[in-house]
Amino acid sequence: MTVTTVTDLHDGAGPSPASANGTVRHGLGSVIRRVWLVPIVIIAWELGTRQAESPFFPPPSRILVHMHELWFSGPASALYLTEEASANFLPSIGRLFSGWALACILGIVLGIALGRSRTLFDYVNPIFEFARAIPPPALIPLFIIIFKIGTPMQLATIVYTVIWPILINTIDGARYLDSLHSETAQVFRLSRAQRFFRIILPAAAPKIFAGMRVSLSMAVILMVVSELVGALNGIGYLIQAKQQTLDLAGMWGGMVLLGLLGYVLNGTFLFVERHVLSWHRQARQTN
Amino acid sequence: MLDVVNLRHTYGEGPNAHQALGGIDLKVAEGELVCVVGPSGCGKSTLLRSIAGLIQPTEGQIRIRDTTVAETPGDLAVVFQDYSRSLFPWMSVGDNVALPLRQRGQDRAARRQAAAEALEAVGLPSAAGKYPWELSGGMQQRVAIARALAYRPSLLLMDEPFGSVDAQTREDLEDLVLSVRRHHRMTILLITHDIDESVYVGDRVVVLTKSPARVAGELAVDLPSPRDQIATRQLPAFVRLRAEVGRLVRDKQQHSEA
Repeated sequence: MTVTTVTDLHDGAGPSPASANGTVRHGLGSVIRRVWLVPIVIIAWELGTRQAESPFFPPPSRILVHMHELWFSGPASALYLTEEASANFLPSIGRLFSGWALACILGIVLGIALGRSRTLFDYVNPIFEFARAIPPPALIPLFIIIFKIGTPMQLATIVYTVIWPILINTIDGARYLDSLHSETAQVFRLSRAQRFFRIILPAAAPKIFAGMRVSLSMAVILMVVSELVGALNGIGYLIQAKQQTLDLAGMWGGMVLLGLLGYVLNGTFLFVERHVLSWHRQARQTN
Repeated sequence: MLDVVNLRHTYGEGPNAHQALGGIDLKVAEGELVCVVGPSGCGKSTLLRSIAGLIQPTEGQIRIRDTTVAETPGDLAVVFQDYSRSLFPWMSVGDNVALPLRQRGQDRAARRQAAAEALEAVGLPSAAGKYPWELSGGMQQRVAIARALAYRPSLLLMDEPFGSVDAQTREDLEDLVLSVRRHHRMTILLITHDIDESVYVGDRVVVLTKSPARVAGELAVDLPSPRDQIATRQLPAFVRLRAEVGRLVRDKQQHSEA
């Protein structure tokens, strides 16, 4: 990856022209090495499905054209989204993000409290271990009864599932705070707020981010599951509706769309993480 | 200024209990620089951590300006040996130095100004925007000293502050402590296992025995000031003091081993 460029920056005088050149070549080479298989797989997929001529497996070119007709041929004022697209994509993405964000806030706050207090942790841990062992889809029937079909039930499903990796990682990160970091905080009599925001939170951030990343991809899964089971709109609902009306290219389109969504989300997350945690990466390389 | 009376500390209980401090009496006068020397593992750090309020001693009393220390006092700063873990890697050097000043009720501009001055005083005038891990070990320890300086404590504790740097850097940092102390007038208690260092830096050297630590003896250092790494160390008085401290450290070790 880009590890070489980072160490170059810390030679003192900055990267020499020769090493900068090497980095560019290295970057291009690594991109080619990473993506060469992608076009080959797509071509094989296209050829294979054309050969088979099965109505259940339309070729990718048809899926793409159909996706365009169905969802991306709207007016420019609606960002080229068709009515069907905006009526289903936006609620899905809204649920995904609000569910994930809610889980992040709850998970981080609870996790730090539990990580910093042994007593609290000992009390709550058995309950958490039990709650965590229940597969979340099994709770959907309960959530449907409590919240009825709709967004609150879907949010509950997403939050209940994706909070665990964040919570567990945050507990871990907050608990193993370097003893000298906390002693320094004590000696200089940092306030509670300073300890929380300036010491404990950043120190646990690498672990918290690892949890948030796992949670984000889980949130996509749970968004779809909750929409397949009980929803009146959303990407998951759309996939099921296409299947039931035998619009199989549309069903495939929904799957492709979810793949793209997950890919983009993960990429964006990694980009942000790299930026926020640059101190962590670089400090580890120099020490 | 600092008054330690019959300080005892025992880690653990029962058969595994380890007595680190066996009754220490120590007085440090206002403006004095006292070095505490002792064999490694003798409980020097336990002494310092008790004074800093980081551990609660089993027995005895610590008073700073006639107030008994129960928790960390507000006008006390510590420079730890392990600078790489004491500085926060997610904050710039300037933020590291300025962080404790919020408790002093200073606004943002005043904090930044104080940090800049402290960094200037330790010879790192342009490091505020860098991160600790971008600096060498010696420079990181300078930042830790700057953080303590900006805090303007009346008592500065230093726990083997130069134990993790190379010999050249060590001499530079010793001189830095001396100059800082001349200009900022504070009371310093410096813990070290290096006999030469204790004589070179200190006004007074207190020697501890092996654990459970007691005061084995103390010597006033009557060397002329300002001190110089080469000239001072050549003085017959320096050589004599060094030998005396060395004898105290060794004798006590052999006694307790016998």
